[in-house]
Amino acid sequence: MTIALSQFDEVRLDRVSRDFGALNALRDVSLTIRRGEFIALLGPSGCGKSTTLNCIAGLLPVTGGAIWLDRNRVDTLRPEERGFGMVFQNYALFPHLNVRQNIGFGLKMRGRPKAEIDRKVNEALDLVRLRGQENKLPGQLSGGQQQRVAIARAIVIEPPLVLMDEPLSNLDAKLRLEMRAEIRRIHNELGATTIYVTHDQDEALSLADRIVVLRDGVVRQVGAPKELYEAPAHFDVADFMGFRNKLKGKVVAIEGDRTVLDVEGARISGVARERVSVGSTAYAAIRSDDLEVGEAGPNAIAATVDTIEYRGREFVGTAHSAGGLDFVFRSHVPVELGSRIHLRTEDERILVFAEPVQGRQ
Amino acid sequence: MDAVAHAPAVEHGPSLRQRLAARGFDAVTLLVIPAAIFSLLLFVYPFAFGFVLSFEPKAGGDWLANYRRFFSDPFLYETIAKTLWLAIPVTLVNLLLAIPIAFRVRLMRNQRLLTTLLVLPITLGTVLVAEGLLNYLGPQGWFNRTLMTFGLISQPLKLVHNYWGVFASLVITGFPFTFLLTLSYVTGIDPALEQAAATLGASAWQRFRHVYLPLLMPGLAITFCLSFVQAFSVFPSAVLLGEPAGPTRVISIAAAQAAFEEYDYSMGSAIAMIMGFVQLGIVVAVLASRGLFYRGPASGAKG
Amino acid sequence: MIRDTTIGAKLWAAAVWATVGFFILNLLAMIGTVVTSSFATRWLGTWLPAGWTTRWYTSAWSEFQLWDVLIVTFQVIGAVVFISGALGVTAAYALARRDFPGKRLLVLLFLLPLLIPPMTFGIPLATVLYQTGLAGTFWGVVAANLVPTVPFVILVMIPFIEQIDPKVEAAARVFGANTFKLFIYVLLPLLLPGILAALLLVLVRTIAMFELTFLVAGPTSQTLVVALYYAVFAAGVRAVQSIDAMAVIYMVTTLIWLIIALRFVNPTQIVTRAKQQPAH
Repeated sequence: MTIALSQFDEVRLDRVSRDFGALNALRDVSLTIRRGEFIALLGPSGCGKSTTLNCIAGLLPVTGGAIWLDRNRVDTLRPEERGFGMVFQNYALFPHLNVRQNIGFGLKMRGRPKAEIDRKVNEALDLVRLRGQENKLPGQLSGGQQQRVAIARAIVIEPPLVLMDEPLSNLDAKLRLEMRAEIRRIHNELGATTIYVTHDQDEALSLADRIVVLRDGVVRQVGAPKELYEAPAHFDVADFMGFRNKLKGKVVAIEGDRTVLDVEGARISGVARERVSVGSTAYAAIRSDDLEVGEAGPNAIAATVDTIEYRGREFVGTAHSAGGLDFVFRSHVPVELGSRIHLRTEDERILVFAEPVQGRQ
Repeated sequence: MDAVAHAPAVEHGPSLRQRLAARGFDAVTLLVIPAAIFSLLLFVYPFAFGFVLSFEPKAGGDWLANYRRFFSDPFLYETIAKTLWLAIPVTLVNLLLAIPIAFRVRLMRNQRLLTTLLVLPITLGTVLVAEGLLNYLGPQGWFNRTLMTFGLISQPLKLVHNYWGVFASLVITGFPFTFLLTLSYVTGIDPALEQAAATLGASAWQRFRHVYLPLLMPGLAITFCLSFVQAFSVFPSAVLLGEPAGPTRVISIAAAQAAFEEYDYSMGSAIAMIMGFVQLGIVVAVLASRGLFYRGPASGAKG
Repeated sequence: MIRDTTIGAKLWAAAVWATVGFFILNLLAMIGTVVTSSFATRWLGTWLPAGWTTRWYTSAWSEFQLWDVLIVTFQVIGAVVFISGALGVTAAYALARRDFPGKRLLVLLFLLPLLIPPMTFGIPLATVLYQTGLAGTFWGVVAANLVPTVPFVILVMIPFIEQIDPKVEAAARVFGANTFKLFIYVLLPLLLPGILAALLLVLVRTIAMFELTFLVAGPTSQTLVVALYYAVFAAGVRAVQSIDAMAVIYMVTTLIWLIIALRFVNPTQIVTRAKQQPAH
């Protein structure tokens, strides 16, 4: 017998709100998570992603809306009654209990017989590959091992939902990559429905089935990683997905699916992701990977080179335009510092966004 | 302050100064010397002196005469039981009150007003508390008046010049001390541990029983020891609020009387030594049981 | 933080707060009794006194020679604060910055006078001071009071000094500061907040330090708290209100310094000495 997770169809957040001070508030967060899904909540710090997770876990009360597990309302339950597994940012392992006791804690609290606890803890130890370490105290383990204990402790109670709060943020870069693969493997083996909070878009892109981008307590976009990466719906989502060049200009024409901007006299045409109208201010967003040194012409803008760095296969440089726009670009050939160049890219690589409304929306 | 002149360097190998510095002795280390001399002179030496003196009875006799007299005279040896009979219940009451209150206060945003109010009796000291309670708990004091107004009692309770007066004063000065120590241990525990236990299905009582209590035990043991030792050495309130010739004739009174009323410093020192050994005995017993508990840091991750 | 909302949990919370309220109410009522009595013309068998007066303050002032007592008190405290600061800060610096054989033993030696109650070590200490003739004198009282305060300053200052990066001192040396300049321009400004906090705590503790002063003081070297003890001890000789007036004067001197101290330190530091070390 293996660890069998509770059966259910979906977890639904129905306009969950939390008003509490200016920071970490949530407004009308609605989201449906299907069984077996791996969902990443992504956003900058203070966007409300950890608040959302704590509300689902029951560690913070919601002030509006409801959370449903199929047809059972869970937001009114105390955390110990919800039965969700949670992996904490600092692991929160019980320092006075050894690995085996830590993993078995949830089963013991449920009053399960000792034989059953032992069997399930052994399975969990195998799953996270910690056999042989079971009698150590958390203080004697490395960061990665502590992480594995935290995961085993959360899944051994066979929860319908596993919540992970930035579980990799305390690890060094190499271990983070290893544990990322490990989390993916465990997810594949168990099919545990998971909500994973992170501020690192690489982590979200590589792990999640769907990504939820939060900002200022509001859901900005929900979609598969590829969708978010290639077609961010808003300017701030694009910013988060690596569109580092932001060219402010005026809309001069809308031709079919092409929107043409005037940026410091140059014509830049791209795909509009938000509704813009002729004459309004808009932004053209371009990834640094897509902006290359080229000839003058359409979709090209003149700039002066500020820095240039060798990055192995290519060069990455920064430049500024006469009007004060800053650029990050790549180049296959070295360019002279201070030289005048033209930076250009293809139409389909340029996304056009309306000017963001200042403040919270 | 500079290094004192050392012996001239030998021809080969590092100089004495270098060798001392390698072991951690250099000019900076010497800064500790004044305080160390002071401590030896005014703390270690008097203790040793008192210890030796206690074996040199004033009235003559063999070296154990003082101790034999103490343990054969009920007026003297009963002071140990009387002091323990005050100190142990008071310490337990203070600790048992402090734990639930500390857990509640930990959730408070602004603890400063409460902690400030609580340090008042500690700052004012035992003499003032004794003086205040003498009035307040007296037969005509506000405390008895209030109870009579509510019809809880018909005769004023006798609360001063007996055991309960001393007990009350030890609670007033001792509880804040115990509470503030307990609070510092309770707030030292990472709240994420409680959250983790909750998500794993532990109820409020289970969280206390399986997470907080084991992590708190070492701190509570230390708190018990410090509070007990304070209560055991009770002096001014036992004189002013108690019956210093009767049930609250505590061991400090016996020691002070021997030394400064009978001018028998040898006997006074002997009683002080006995007082120290009883305190030490209880502390060692409590701290030894501490070995049964987890004693590492009380936070989740290491480092 | 998990807040429980069941009925049982609410009752429990209410019971806990009621206990706290009961304690504070009694504490304030006790202080209120002393203050009320000190302003009372006659107070027997009633809730409040028959009339109000301030004459007990003038009579207490002359009866107990409070002016002399206050001067002695502040001289003692001043000397204790200054000497424990000088001895304590230097020793704390050495203990915070250097590792040497016997350091743990030395720290234990400094810890003991804080753990052992003054009554226990006070009697042998007083015996030694009587034999050397220091007891009863001003310096005898100062010496006895220093026994717990020097270790107190050391143990408050060690963690404070440890959190100052030694590289700052190394940098000052690199930029040409000698030991004296290093101390004046770098260490002193960095240490000042810690020293100030430690010394204020010493001050507050010394005003209320009864046992040690009681054991070694003579008639001319009494501090206020010992004078108050003798006044209460000999109650019946003087009017109760007069003793209470003296108690109020004592309270005011203590509380003024407590309020000043609380501007710089957390109230819990009066009890727990700086940050709690993990219990090992």
